[in-house]
Amino acid sequence: MRVSFRLNGSVVEVDVEPHETLLNVLRDRLKIKSVKYGCGIGECGACTVILDGRPVTSCLVLAAKVGGSEVLTPDYVARTELGRRIVDAMLEEGAIQCGYCTPGFLTTIYAAIIRGVRDADSMRRALLGNLCRCTGYVNIMKAVKRLLEDVR
Amino acid sequence: MLSINLVNTYRIPQTFEYYRPESLREALVLLSTIEGAKVVAGGTDLLVDLKFRRVTPRALIDITGIGELRSIGVGDGYVEIGSAVTIQELVESEVVGRHLPLLAEAAELLGSWQIRNLATVGGNLCNASPAADTAPPLLAYDAEVELVSLGGSRRIPLERFFAGPKKTVLERGEVLRSIRVPLYRRRAGWSFIKIARTSFDLAKVSAAVLLSLEGDTVADVRIALGSVAPTPVRARAAEESLTGTGFEEAVALAPELVAREIAPIDDVRSTAWYRLEVAKTIVKDAMRRAYERFLRVGAAP
Repeated sequence: MRVSFRLNGSVVEVDVEPHETLLNVLRDRLKIKSVKYGCGIGECGACTVILDGRPVTSCLVLAAKVGGSEVLTPDYVARTELGRRIVDAMLEEGAIQCGYCTPGFLTTIYAAIIRGVRDADSMRRALLGNLCRCTGYVNIMKAVKRLLEDVR
Repeated sequence: MLSINLVNTYRIPQTFEYYRPESLREALVLLSTIEGAKVVAGGTDLLVDLKFRRVTPRALIDITGIGELRSIGVGDGYVEIGSAVTIQELVESEVVGRHLPLLAEAAELLGSWQIRNLATVGGNLCNASPAADTAPPLLAYDAEVELVSLGGSRRIPLERFFAGPKKTVLERGEVLRSIRVPLYRRRAGWSFIKIARTSFDLAKVSAAVLLSLEGDTVADVRIALGSVAPTPVRARAAEESLTGTGFEEAVALAPELVAREIAPIDDVRSTAWYRLEVAKTIVKDAMRRAYERFLRVGAAP
C-alpha cells in the first residue's frame, strides 16, 4: 500500500507492506540509519522517532498507520539548533559510550524540551524508556543538567 | 514460549490486511465481514504478539483514525473517555486530572513515555491483562464500558467486562467504544501504588484506593488490585467491612481482609507468596497515602 507522510520537513511517498513497521520502512526503504533497532519490542528506546510531536518507539508502529503524519528522525533532530546543543552537551559530559542508544536519547530529550520539560527530574522520567546498555546514565544526566541550565 | 533471544524482533514474520477506517460504522462493518479480523489501537501489545506469532489475524482494523473514539468529555455526572484515547492523553488531560486523579496517577506509571504516546486506554482494558494499570483505578471509580456492534450497543460495569487472563466478554463484531466513569461525589483521597521490576515494567502487584472520611471514620472506601487474580479485582467484602470503622482500625484490618479476596499465582514476574505479602502491604500504604491526600484536599481553598 502507498503511504504518504511528512518526513523531516518534506513529504515522502512510499510503498509499504501492511506488516512493515515504521522502523523497517525508515531504515530499509528510506535508508535512514540514524533510527536504531534495539529490542524490537518497545522496551529500549533505540528506535525512538517523533511522531506528530510525540516520541514513540518506531518498532511498534505500523508504517501504514503514519499516512498524513509528521515524522522526525534522529539525524534531522541532530541538525536542528536545539539538537546540536543536546549533542554538544552529551559530548562535553562524555555521555556517549558505544553510542548505540544515543540517537534515541537525543530524540527523546529533544521532544521533552520542545514539550516544555525544564527540570532534571521530569527529564529523568521522560527518559525512562531509553536504555543505555553501557549503563552510562550518570553522564547522560550530567549532560541533561548542563543542557537544562543552558535552556533556562 | 519463544524467548526474545531466539526471535528476530525486527520484522513481523507474517502478513495481514490493514484498514484504518475513519468512522466507527465502517470499522464495525469491516470487523463483522472479515473473518479473523482484529481491532488494533496503539499496537504496543499487539505488535509484540505479532512478532512472536502469538496471534495470526487475517486483517487488522486500526481504530485510532476514528474521531469519536479519541475524545474525553464531561457529561451529567460522569466523564466519558473514548477507547482510542492514549495513556499520555489521560496523563495530560485537565478533565482527568481534576475529576479522576486516581486514574491520572496510574496512567503516569504505565510504560515509558514512548509507550504512553501510543498505547490507549481501550487497548489496556481489552487486552485484559491482570496487570493492566488503568483497570484498578477505573474499577475503583465504578466505571462502565460501552460496547458497540452493528446490532446496537450495550453498557456493562467494567467489573463484568473482564472474563479471565487476556479474556473479556467482547463478542465477535463488538468494539469497546468508550469508558464512562461516574464522578465520585464525595471529598476523596486517592492513591495508586504499583510494584514492578523497574518503574515502567508491568506490575507484579498494584493497588488503587479511593477513600472518604467523616471525622476519623471511614465513610466510603474503594479498593481495587492488579496482578493478584485472573482479572483486576475490587475487594468489595473488605470495603464493606472497613466502612464505618475508625481509620487506624481500618488500616490494621485491611491487609487480612483484602488477602481473602485475592488469588495470586506464580509467573515470570513474581511468585504467589510475594504478591500476597506485598498486596497486603501496599493496600495499607495506599490507604495512608489516600488519607494524607484526603486531609490536604480538605485543607485546600
